[in-house]
Amino acid sequence: MNGTMNTNELSGTMPLVPVASTDKAAFDYIHSWLVTVDHKKLGLMYIMYGLAFLVIAGLEATLIRIQLAVPNNHFLSPQVFNQLFTMHGTTMVFLVGMPIIFGFANYLVPLMIGARDLAFPRLNAFGFWLSAFGGLLLYYSFIGGEGMAGAGSAPDVGWFAYAPLTGKAFSKGHSTDYWTLAIMIGGFGSIATAVNIITTILCMRCRGMTLTKMPLLAWLNLIMCGMVLIAVSPLTAAQIMLLLDRFAGSHFFDTQAGGSATLWMHFFWIFGHPEVYILIIPAFAFASEIIPVFSRKAIFGYPVMVGATLAIAFVSLSVWAHHMFTVGMTSTGNTFFVVSTMMVGVPTGIKIFNWLGTMWGGKLRFATPMVFSIAFIFQFLIAGLTGIMLACAPWDWQLNDSYFLIAHFHYTLVGALVFMIFAAIYYWFPKATGHLLSERLGKWHFWLFLIGFHITFDTMHIPGILGMPRRIYTYEAGRGWGIWNLICTIGVVFQGIGILIFVLNILLSLRKGKPAGSDPWDAWTLEWTTSSPPPEYNFAEIPTVKSRRPLWDIKHPTDPDWKYE
Amino acid sequence: MQSQPSLRRCRQAETPKASAYLFLIPPWMFWLVMALVLQQGVLAAERTDPALVPNMFAPESAPAHSISHLAGLVLAITGAIFVVVAGLLIYAVVRFRRRANDDGTEPAQIYGSGPVEAAWTTVPFLIVIVLTLTTARVIQEVQDARKPSAALDVQVIGHQWWWEFRYPKLGIVTANELHVPVSQGRDRLPTFLELRSADVVHSFWVPRLMGKIDLVPNKVNSMWIEPERPGLFLGQCGTYCGTQHALMLLRVYADTREDFDRWVKQQQQSPESNPTVAAGKLVFERTACINCHAVGSTVADGRFGPDLTHLMSRDTLGSGALNNSVEGLRAWIKSPNQLKPGVLMPAMNLSDADLDQLVAYLATLR
Repeated sequence: MNGTMNTNELSGTMPLVPVASTDKAAFDYIHSWLVTVDHKKLGLMYIMYGLAFLVIAGLEATLIRIQLAVPNNHFLSPQVFNQLFTMHGTTMVFLVGMPIIFGFANYLVPLMIGARDLAFPRLNAFGFWLSAFGGLLLYYSFIGGEGMAGAGSAPDVGWFAYAPLTGKAFSKGHSTDYWTLAIMIGGFGSIATAVNIITTILCMRCRGMTLTKMPLLAWLNLIMCGMVLIAVSPLTAAQIMLLLDRFAGSHFFDTQAGGSATLWMHFFWIFGHPEVYILIIPAFAFASEIIPVFSRKAIFGYPVMVGATLAIAFVSLSVWAHHMFTVGMTSTGNTFFVVSTMMVGVPTGIKIFNWLGTMWGGKLRFATPMVFSIAFIFQFLIAGLTGIMLACAPWDWQLNDSYFLIAHFHYTLVGALVFMIFAAIYYWFPKATGHLLSERLGKWHFWLFLIGFHITFDTMHIPGILGMPRRIYTYEAGRGWGIWNLICTIGVVFQGIGILIFVLNILLSLRKGKPAGSDPWDAWTLEWTTSSPPPEYNFAEIPTVKSRRPLWDIKHPTDPDWKYE
Repeated sequence: MQSQPSLRRCRQAETPKASAYLFLIPPWMFWLVMALVLQQGVLAAERTDPALVPNMFAPESAPAHSISHLAGLVLAITGAIFVVVAGLLIYAVVRFRRRANDDGTEPAQIYGSGPVEAAWTTVPFLIVIVLTLTTARVIQEVQDARKPSAALDVQVIGHQWWWEFRYPKLGIVTANELHVPVSQGRDRLPTFLELRSADVVHSFWVPRLMGKIDLVPNKVNSMWIEPERPGLFLGQCGTYCGTQHALMLLRVYADTREDFDRWVKQQQQSPESNPTVAAGKLVFERTACINCHAVGSTVADGRFGPDLTHLMSRDTLGSGALNNSVEGLRAWIKSPNQLKPGVLMPAMNLSDADLDQLVAYLATLR
């Protein structure tokens, strides 16, 4: 058995469905997507939904960068600028990051653990449509809402929406209501999907796949979904309290009636900090699947990788107030959150070292998924180190809410997460569509996006050091910020062209891409045993595994993994 | 693995021909960008006075010094980590790339190593302990500093989108421009700020003097600054606080002791009534101005807007939106929303005559 094997030999392609029933008109085709409960279709819908919003959020970021390119710019009014950064942040976290990671979890987890679907397919569809509705509701605010002081329409309170700015007194009209309802509804969808994935991983693994023989991707998604259950609940609670404040006259966050502004901050960040790990752990998961395959080696230190992820998940629940070093906590409180935040650095470092250990002594193939993964390690290293800087509370008094902070978290969310999302798309696109993406366009996408990313976000640290706060729509000349902001904006051009090439690559490859076969990368996990795209039932016969790399065992019958694990 | 050579061959066939895509970056685009950057760079260099750049690595006050020292240490440690790990990554990528003459066999499979894992767990752990202890010391040094009895007290109250400064022991109320004495040698005279907010969360940030501390409604925060040399230090609100967060600028003037005493004396004087501008004063007192603004020893005692008793002693208007001058003041009163979109001060639609009289009156408030 090997990568060039004829797909018909695979049991997964038996035509169990009569041919006639697949012959559908366009309406039936769309209808089949709308009513589907298939984890693969829902997964793809999550990903397409996320990518569409990625383009929208990217356009918002482009407008922001144009406005900031030169001092005293009047391209955008402050009201529009405030809406743009609020929508950009909210979109990227809730409508791009979350749907895409859930999309991949949806698509891959059953295939990788040898299951035919998620545990609760209807709940899965419910979760997707809730999330989708949340996103559409948020964007409907551009048409239907009314912003602060009656100006504009979309929310303009920032993506973490600090109280009391969100109160009726400071945020008139309905823009903030759209924000809070959209987040709340999306949150219900996230919880539904998390429950579903946890149940699937715990109950539906194929024969022989004990917890210690699961692919790391399944482990990391299990941990991520556990964190979703813990972290999204306080967020939802906070949104309900905010709605009560706005509509029922309660005073949780209404400071003018004795409410507490810091209460919101605690509620938001006890969601918000685990949330960044919720977003980044799936990126770790992609890296832990892709790097071994393109290094031609088993993952280095599998049990340590699982342990490190559990440690990150556990510690990350006690670090939230490092977002609040400037809020005026006691010196003891500040010190506690310095200690806990720094501690996250240890398991995170272990992960980077284990990826390096996997590459060490391998035979690296620089296909597009791998080059994105290598760039991910490099950028995540820098993001981690600037994170250590921000964890030093006194230095954070300077850096917090400055452009240095913006550069830091774009390094994690773009430099790490978005890069790994691209890697994952290049890696699993052939499985989902049966066509390989073009390597040539992929390399162009990679290099342009990499260059643009570094022009923009390396430079962005500097205005932060020079005292430029985030969320200002304009700034005076003579502060020494102008030239750096101009360079940041120039980087956007490269990133934009990179994204265009990516979209072009998808459209061209969907129609003319090279046929992928069932196992184009010569990989080792179960999703590569079935056809590309997989049939609705995934596997005609549920597989049995003996090790973490079942395809390695089949391809190397004389030297199987299970002898060593 | 028999399939591997064929896989590689098909990938090589796809090797990008760079020249085929150069049309994406035509040379004129490159030169245009370079010209733009250079021109902006030269312009910026001409316009920039380094003393006015709020650079956190050019501290001029005790707590900012402590922070930048800590930052230097952290930069050195993280820089060393970066060099080592990025070096390993680059080495791995170059050394372990698949060679052209690869035989298609799989490399040795290594599943992990206890001692190696232990090593790269322990070393980061030790680094974290060092960083944590150093950080804890600086937190304590800045946050729990003892307040000298001579220290100057100032109350800072954040408003949408301006700063109110009150000197309770000196009886001074002013806005947006904070005057503090310098602290030289053994004769220490730090300024302790008590931070409050009248509406939403703001943040007091003058990077060369100290990091930012938030002004949170229903909460009293504190911080201290201790400038060592006279000069003007710029800063601005550090936490998003609504439409005009960007134009909530801060100016801190560190004055020599003599200058500071002179300033205090001048601020403590009540304005003398000037009969030549009585008409303007009447406009002021009969318009809604007095609902929001105060002027000492008049009926005006509003507190929603800045105290105007010594308006003309300040260098800027609208919390830094424009320079303070008679013409600037006239333009500001005529249409504040044009100079600072979203500002809460309404345009009063005064007739030109009233406006002239009003400005003439306000110009006497020195």
